[in-house]
Amino acid sequence: MNRLRRFFHTPEAIAGASILALLIVMALVAPLLFSGDPQAIAGPALLPPFQDWSLPLGTDRLGRDVLAELFHGARTSLAVGLAAAAAALFIGALVGTLAGFAGGLIDEMLMRVTDAFQTVPSFLLALAFVSIVGPSLGAVVAAIALGAWTGPARVARAEVLSIRERDYVAGARVIGMHPLEIAFREVLPNALPPVLALSSVIVAAAILTEAALSFLGLGDPNRVTWGGMIAEGRAVLRSAPFLSVVPGIALVLTVLGVYLAGEGVVESTAVRRSLS
Amino acid sequence: MTRALRLFRRRLVGSIFVLLIVVIGSFLLLEAAPGDAVDAYIVSTGGDVGMIELLRHRWGLDQSELTRLANYLWALLHLDLGQSVTFSRPIRDVILERLPTTLILMGSATALSFGLGSALGIYAGARPGSFRDRFLSIGSLALYAVPGFWLGLVLIVIFAVDLRWLPIGGIETIASGKTGLARVADIATHLVLPVSALGFIYLALYLRMMRAGMAEAWRQDFVLAARARGLSRRRIVLAHVARNALLPLVTMLGLQSAQMLGGSVVIESVFAVPGLGRLAQKAVAARDTPLLLGIILVSAVLVVVINLLVDLAYAILDPRVGAGEASA
Repeated sequence: MNRLRRFFHTPEAIAGASILALLIVMALVAPLLFSGDPQAIAGPALLPPFQDWSLPLGTDRLGRDVLAELFHGARTSLAVGLAAAAAALFIGALVGTLAGFAGGLIDEMLMRVTDAFQTVPSFLLALAFVSIVGPSLGAVVAAIALGAWTGPARVARAEVLSIRERDYVAGARVIGMHPLEIAFREVLPNALPPVLALSSVIVAAAILTEAALSFLGLGDPNRVTWGGMIAEGRAVLRSAPFLSVVPGIALVLTVLGVYLAGEGVVESTAVRRSLS
Repeated sequence: MTRALRLFRRRLVGSIFVLLIVVIGSFLLLEAAPGDAVDAYIVSTGGDVGMIELLRHRWGLDQSELTRLANYLWALLHLDLGQSVTFSRPIRDVILERLPTTLILMGSATALSFGLGSALGIYAGARPGSFRDRFLSIGSLALYAVPGFWLGLVLIVIFAVDLRWLPIGGIETIASGKTGLARVADIATHLVLPVSALGFIYLALYLRMMRAGMAEAWRQDFVLAARARGLSRRRIVLAHVARNALLPLVTMLGLQSAQMLGGSVVIESVFAVPGLGRLAQKAVAARDTPLLLGIILVSAVLVVVINLLVDLAYAILDPRVGAGEASA
């Protein structure tokens, strides 16, 4: 409870948490509020916003309800962002723990592979991966995770390097625990906090990458995405800039919310650390 | 100087190793892609089944995977990236044609984000905790949350469509017949919007890093010493606090180069700039996997070279770097 109060101490954290809460509600109620297919035609094409109250934000080039698309787009953005970040953190923690705990040749090899992944522009890698595997939600998640696990891997390794010298690890060795069991049951859980501190940055980057991929037409074609909406609106940028601007604002607010909430969490735990 | 060179040589060996891994990775991706070079060739030129077998044999595609990897490496050593189906030309030539455009875009965007970002960072970090510090911190965070391609579209709507100040896209006026300085000016006006869209996103990074470094430096003893000597506040800020916070930003320049390259893919597509990024998008649309992987390899080499140069600059700027290794 105390920690919650500390989290809501700064106005930034409150703003971030409110945006995220609103977004989660949007994603959850999207199928209830707009039960039909958001990609179905709902009215006349290019209806300007605030004209017809059954279509508050108007319609796009094909007559689809912009508000319904916005709500359903929140679902895709959140789902992809969270799934890709979870996958990246999982792979990163795994590789980092193995490298740091094993040391020697395994460490050297794993870290060179990490270097290689950091050398290739992650967006180009994602582009290549999706274009080879084919655009689907799973492919997009995997493509983003492929370029995002290196940060967590480095942090996890650095943390493991210091933890593996602790007494309780030596103790676990003495009682004959298997090295892999020590690595994943004793060391990894203790190395996690700084790795998890990266999650807000990774979720934010994942949401932005997903939007850019969909903008280039590499998103799942059966789902509404904000990036795809912006690309759709681009064709009528001169006459109806609104169609590209609105989903963009949704993206900015979402990413900002993730950053602010993330900073709030890090700050509230940092205070705790400096107090203890 | 030998210290810096020795460090450079060590990094160079490591980089070659890393590039080898990138090559093997791109070979695996190429293998995973449906169809091979012969399929692509037959699709673009036509031919019968007998020819397919003959070509597979002649191009060594019927050999084991290890042999093919060796052939691939051998070709790369000769700077041969293969043939592009979409362009019916060597991939190397197609990429080299577009590389300068991307380098200009990336270079200008980096200069913008680094220059303006560190300047604003110094302004914010001069008084940590002040109103302008908080304002710039939040503002830069908001900027960092903006998708580059969307910022590009917004800039187009404002400056190209509404105000008509700047061209909507492309790299120069087509068939304008301009030469010399007039052509340079023409290209520069075309680059203003894409460079801003790309540069402003990463500005936040340098601003925040500079600010954090300065907030850290204010607590150091040498700042207290400088104050005790009665130096002006301006001099303390610039010559002592900011100077010490600047070095990590140089490293960031190298690390950021891969991100910049990735970002330029989308920006080039928004502004129809004929560079590597737009080429990558074309390769994706035409399912030209060898071309796409060629672009990835070239960008990996580019990133490695940039990072080597940054390391070298760092070693020259900071006498502490690599000093331990030199004596060992």
